[in-house]
Amino acid sequence: MSGIITRRAVLTTGALGAGLVLSGCDKVAEQPTLRKILFSGEKINQGLQRALSTRHALAPEFRPDQMSPIFRTNGNRNPNTPDYNAMVAAQFATWKLQIGGLVSRPLAISLAQLRTMPARTQITRHDCVEGWSAIGKWRGPLLGSILKAAGVRDTARFVVFTCADMMGGQPYYESIDLIDAFHPQTILALALNDAPLDIGHGAPVRLRVERQLGYKHAKYVMKIDAVASLDGIGKGKGGYWEDAIGYDWYAGI
Amino acid sequence: MEDQSTAADKVVDEPAPAATPQSETIYRHRLPTRIWHWINMVTILIMIGSGATILNAHPHLYWGNYGANFDRPWYNPPHMPAWLTIPSHYNLALARRWHLLFALVLGFGLLGYMVASLINRHFQRDLRVRAGELAPRHLWHDVKEHLALRFHDPKNPAAYNIFQKLAYVAVIFVLIPAMILSGLTLSPALNAAWPWLLDLMGGRASARSVHFIAASGIVLFIIVHVTLVLLAGPINEIRSMITGRWRVPEERP
Repeated sequence: MSGIITRRAVLTTGALGAGLVLSGCDKVAEQPTLRKILFSGEKINQGLQRALSTRHALAPEFRPDQMSPIFRTNGNRNPNTPDYNAMVAAQFATWKLQIGGLVSRPLAISLAQLRTMPARTQITRHDCVEGWSAIGKWRGPLLGSILKAAGVRDTARFVVFTCADMMGGQPYYESIDLIDAFHPQTILALALNDAPLDIGHGAPVRLRVERQLGYKHAKYVMKIDAVASLDGIGKGKGGYWEDAIGYDWYAGI
Repeated sequence: MEDQSTAADKVVDEPAPAATPQSETIYRHRLPTRIWHWINMVTILIMIGSGATILNAHPHLYWGNYGANFDRPWYNPPHMPAWLTIPSHYNLALARRWHLLFALVLGFGLLGYMVASLINRHFQRDLRVRAGELAPRHLWHDVKEHLALRFHDPKNPAAYNIFQKLAYVAVIFVLIPAMILSGLTLSPALNAAWPWLLDLMGGRASARSVHFIAASGIVLFIIVHVTLVLLAGPINEIRSMITGRWRVPEERP
């Protein structure tokens, strides 16, 4: 039976072929042109998802009885820098949110002022890029209202968040475009589950951008800048994780 | 049996070159089937490898709307070994780049193949399961034939046997669509655009579980499929999926 030898040969070739696909993938990701093609999926998915949804399509909201019993923390759980610890000691009385960049009226808003602004309450699901999800109740003013108060200039296309926690020796940063910045569920959350935001979840303020994954939801926000381009921010990809390891800037999936 | 001779007539009716008695070679796989087969082989290997990396990021599966470390998983899949994952070292960012680019190939590939197979009548002609084939007597007969390593009806060698049909129908109409729909449900942006996806899957954590179960089904299919190709005569089978031409095996007692 020559068939046996042939079968063995085919089996070996097949296993080698499958192995080549798997190991070849490492090589592909290192080659600049192929890496560019590999990374093009982000723009295609962004284009398709934006085309399929309306600008103001809302992320699902849940009932109180559908909430996670415990909303876990992730990423930096405490910035623990001298500056941040001093703000915690002062119960954030010294903290001011800076709004700047391409705006007509740069603002510095205290926590007390933020708390007096009209707030939105939403019970939404937080989806971590790693695969877990948790449902919690967030409350805070719309980012859009704050940006309107500052008067975002026509040349601006993105807003960049600079945070109090340090990653790789620099403050954590993230960015979203104006579509998500002015989305009716995009809020600066001051409270989680009816309590002021704790340190683990990003006190005093974290971003909620409900149609994207968790790493876009910057915690410990200190500064918000309207910018025309992401080129000058970090290494130019628009966020800490995007620059550091190649996460997608558009994290709609 | 009556059914099957009709099916044979239909196959011979094909405009494509039909059986030539001398060489006993028949034209078995049309071009769209062959193209899709090989594109899918590469795509599904990449999806399994990159999916394995993504699973390693949070190897716990839950039912319902949410699920994280403090919630109760129904299953904790084992750690996926490096020889299987894409990339071979743990890099969630790159795994997601592979997964989300080739997800487009998988989705639009299936769409293209389905349209082509309706037009060239591959579905109606080759995959339609006839009531008689599901009769216990017929199923038992095919089980015995399989155990004797006879996979083709000598009277109608081009036709798929009932287990082939059921396996292909399950993959094309159940498993791959379930992969795509459950995968889309994991997208927070698409949850906003198409909230019905969450209703269909019973929540995001459930969708992630469905994604895993359907992927396991596809892995099982691949193992059985490759084993049967090896048993049926790998050279002949693989050649038929490249050129379309398949030599009818000699009848064995």
